[in-house]
Amino acid sequence: MNEVCFKNLTKDQCYSLKTYEASGGYSVWRKILKGQLTPEHIIDELKVSGLRGRGGAGFPTGLKWSFMPRHSDGQKYVVCNSDEGEPGTCKDRDILRFNPHAVIEGMAIGGFVMNASVGYNYIRGEFMAPFYRFEDALKEAYEAGLLGQNINNSSVNFDLYTHLGAGAYICGEETALLESIEGKKGQPRFKPPFPANVGLFGKSTTINNTESFASVPEIINRGGQWFADVGVENSGGCKLFSVSGHVKNPANFEVPMGTPFKDLLKMAGGMRDGAQLKAVIPGGSSTPVLTAEVAMSMTMDYDGIEKAGSMLGAGSVIIMDESTCMVAVLTRLAHFYYDESCGQCTPCREGTGWLYRVLKRIIDGNGKQGDIDLLLGVQDKIMGNTICALGDAAAMPVESFLRNFRKEFEYYIKHGKSMVKG
Amino acid sequence: MISTGAKKQIDAWIAKYPKDRQSSAVMQALKIVQAENGNRLNADTIQAVADYLNMPGIAAQEVATFYENYNHKKVGKYVIRFCHNISCMLNGADDLIAHLENKLGVKTDEVTSDGLISVKKVECLGACVGAPMFQINDDYFENLTIDKIDKIVDNLK
Repeated sequence: MNEVCFKNLTKDQCYSLKTYEASGGYSVWRKILKGQLTPEHIIDELKVSGLRGRGGAGFPTGLKWSFMPRHSDGQKYVVCNSDEGEPGTCKDRDILRFNPHAVIEGMAIGGFVMNASVGYNYIRGEFMAPFYRFEDALKEAYEAGLLGQNINNSSVNFDLYTHLGAGAYICGEETALLESIEGKKGQPRFKPPFPANVGLFGKSTTINNTESFASVPEIINRGGQWFADVGVENSGGCKLFSVSGHVKNPANFEVPMGTPFKDLLKMAGGMRDGAQLKAVIPGGSSTPVLTAEVAMSMTMDYDGIEKAGSMLGAGSVIIMDESTCMVAVLTRLAHFYYDESCGQCTPCREGTGWLYRVLKRIIDGNGKQGDIDLLLGVQDKIMGNTICALGDAAAMPVESFLRNFRKEFEYYIKHGKSMVKG
Repeated sequence: MISTGAKKQIDAWIAKYPKDRQSSAVMQALKIVQAENGNRLNADTIQAVADYLNMPGIAAQEVATFYENYNHKKVGKYVIRFCHNISCMLNGADDLIAHLENKLGVKTDEVTSDGLISVKKVECLGACVGAPMFQINDDYFENLTIDKIDKIVDNLK
């Protein structure tokens, strides 16, 4: 446990340059500056490691880095997505607060591999403490001569800056994030062209999640094979899981991929007040909800969670006990997507409003016969019909809540009150 | 309209972006100007930011109305932004919000009569393992209870 991003978590001033370097930090970067590592070697190690994008999409990081036209002319950029905001997700905040140098080194390595001499870390606007912590780390890195132009008399250049958000979940979508850095509304771009060809300021850009970048130095240090072996097939390494909800000790845990869900639940102290587990959202609010029975036999890796009928997402595990009213939970989630839809695509802009309003009337005791079919119809019309994944993210919970807990919705519509709360 | 101090802060942000890309600094510029003007924006302050960054007023207006962190109505000196999303909700946020409203004698989006505090219900603030939680201006407060909320709020002056 806690071997990569959380390696120094229990150490004094775990966030300082001194602590980071004492545990092998910046040794990969120093090798690069001495000309001892090639971009090809790093990409190969990342491919072997099985590291997949930790922001939720799970795209192989090594492959993504290999898509950048590193030999083409013109400025290129690496961008870190620290716009964490999917309900249930709070791991990147801890990486920024407790291991900011791993993010800096990971981004610098990425910059070298993809021939991008400038990086931006997009931090959500509310994360002011993590922002200041990251800024302090940047200052330390510059003062130590680890960033800048012709670093350590090498031919390597890398400048890294922060960009602060201002409150918009959609900016976690990578092209909305780029729009936001350009000082615009965060509305996703139509793809193709993909950011590797036309990205930030129209230049080739690669965007990775905070945890992905922070994992890179340790992977290159200890070897891709080591990381792959920590995990299971198709899910290399370890992963941060944010376990929240009705557990005794909610926290972030960095555990090997493939860890059984029931072990993770135990690490979080088990269910609070001896209550029974009812439902689990395994990867953040956008991922389908699972029943207790299915969750208890699931393993925490990409394939394991997919087999159980959901997705690993950002590893945001929300635990619900028997007292939970699923109608109330889905209504709150529907409100979230309604609130956060950027308004660009009609199915999402209108559909999220429909989903929320129908659920709201059910929870207000005014549900109508046929509302369940209406909800299913609306979510089906959003799914796959929007520019970005926010539409799907709003639709998926609806389908899975209704499939797994349909009786509760029928009861609420019929009786005008919760089956659970009475 | 924009003080020398604010201009200096905005210039530091402009320096992060390529030449002629100063409009990238608009999000921070709006925040800086908002903080100097009673924690809210209006058409004049938004236009001043646009002028300073040499961008069309409407472009700054779009940003100011798209993102949640900008205030267009009166807010308190302290804005309590209470997360009411799923992990916080499962941990009793709704009851705590009701307690806070009763204690302050205001509803969400209202300001206390002395202008000190306003309460907002917000979506996930990314601190789910510390639920229930809220943010007051820049600071997060986690694992809230009624007692803890009372102590924190009583100390706001």
